[in-house]
Amino acid sequence: MKKAKLKEQMMQIVFLISACISILAVALICIFIFINGIPAMAEVGVFRFLSGSQWKPSNDVYGIFPMILGSLYVTAGAIMIGVPIGILTAVFMARFCPKKLYKILKPAIDLLAGIPSVVYGFFGLMVIVPLIRDYLGGSGSSMLAASIVLGIMILPTVISVSEAAIRAVPESYYEGALALGATHERSVFFIVVPAAKSGILAGVILGIGRAVGETMAVVMVAGNQAIIPSGVLKGLRTLTANIVLEMGYAADLHRGALIATAVVLFVFILIINLTFSIIKRRSKI
Amino acid sequence: MRIFSKSKLQSIVLRCAVYLSAILTAGTLLCLVVYILIKGIPHLSIDLFSFNYTSENVSLFPALINTITITLLSLLIAVPLGIFSALYLVEYAKRGNKIVGVVRITAETLAGIPSIVYGLFGFLLFVNTLGFGYSLLAGALTLAIMILPVIMRTTEEALISVHDSYREGSFGLGAGKLRTIFKIVLPSAMPGILAGIVLSVGRIVGETAALIYTAGSVAQIPDNLMGSGRTLSIHLYALWTEGLNTEQSYATAVVLLFIVIGLNALSAFVAKRLGKGKV
Repeated sequence: MKKAKLKEQMMQIVFLISACISILAVALICIFIFINGIPAMAEVGVFRFLSGSQWKPSNDVYGIFPMILGSLYVTAGAIMIGVPIGILTAVFMARFCPKKLYKILKPAIDLLAGIPSVVYGFFGLMVIVPLIRDYLGGSGSSMLAASIVLGIMILPTVISVSEAAIRAVPESYYEGALALGATHERSVFFIVVPAAKSGILAGVILGIGRAVGETMAVVMVAGNQAIIPSGVLKGLRTLTANIVLEMGYAADLHRGALIATAVVLFVFILIINLTFSIIKRRSKI
Repeated sequence: MRIFSKSKLQSIVLRCAVYLSAILTAGTLLCLVVYILIKGIPHLSIDLFSFNYTSENVSLFPALINTITITLLSLLIAVPLGIFSALYLVEYAKRGNKIVGVVRITAETLAGIPSIVYGLFGFLLFVNTLGFGYSLLAGALTLAIMILPVIMRTTEEALISVHDSYREGSFGLGAGKLRTIFKIVLPSAMPGILAGIVLSVGRIVGETAALIYTAGSVAQIPDNLMGSGRTLSIHLYALWTEGLNTEQSYATAVVLLFIVIGLNALSAFVAKRLGKGKV
């Protein structure tokens, strides 16, 4: 009897320790990234690091402003492409789709979420980049190509979160609108969708997080020039691309500057996540 | 009368926009899958599955084996940890327990961290500080942290959906808490947990950025877990960097696509069984 009790207590402690592993992991990630990144940032000068428009590791000049702009631009482009299509598709799935079609469409969206980012990048490289090169000019590897690829990649995130939000709106809202004489479309768009607004916003923010953090697909189609992007058809480099492209051979201050790039990326992502959880909590109440 | 026709027009426009978007979404997926299948399947040759990678024959077989090794190793580390964490959160923690709040927030944070940051962290901690070097072990440890929140969340949901009457019935028959958990609660929650595991396998197979500076990109099967080896996704990326073997890239993309489609079908199958179990 006593032995059984001991075992119970021991296992409870094991469970507790396991639960604390994720706290430990976040702490370790923060410590390692910040400790290795902050000194380099201080050495370059925080202001010069963040606002410098030159990135020339061979001359020890480290300014990541072009990459910050690059990340912002492709994310904005991805939102412009992915969000309207995503929300409208979510409306279709929740309110317009026949049941039989839904059984095909839902797994298709799940598949879209599961396709590896290198495969997206490869598809972009083989299809989207040549299309842009042939019909719009330039080399093809450009802000536009990266925005399109990212726009496709955030679709499943936007769709599934928005769909859940639209489905969570009480049926009585829709029925009330119908009873007042509104058509199906008007009831959905002017009553149901506005009621699901904060859930949809949460989906969009989650999509933004995914776009900012995406690495491989962007590296393969964006051109990766470390200069301030000068047009939709010109190449650019994002924060994530900067890390993955140069980490392999970087040393000393160069390496520190790359880790400091990750610090900036990490802070961006933390802000986005915080916004997401605040909105999610508000939408539940 | 005019107002009526205007609203009717608006309805038609809205309906068109909705249908058009749905067609665009489905069309994009179809385009992507069909394009890669058509371009890739003709290049799937036996040579690509030969045991050794050489510069003449860029075999993807070593990468396939490495992918399986890293997947199993990551699961071996993350699955028990994730399930135990979820057990603590759902079965043991009392309401208002402060640790629960912190664990939830950190798990949410972990889920949002981009894979390149994981990769950098794994590089700094496992490869450099702990001195593992580029190795399958360093890659698997990094990925284990990455999939931990996925397994935790799905297990938590599965545990919560187990009806309390199961637990009460077990306690009523005189079983202890631990026995109840392992004999009654976990088996009932198994389909949900499995679906989460399948989801994590998908993430591992598709991961590149977190592995490139932890597991490295050597194109052979290493002798042991401390050796470097590339997974399929890194193989595809490496082929692009070299820029020589486009046909083999297509073939690799096809294999990746097949794996992902298979995993999705598997998770759908498991989820269906979950639905049946509830009835």
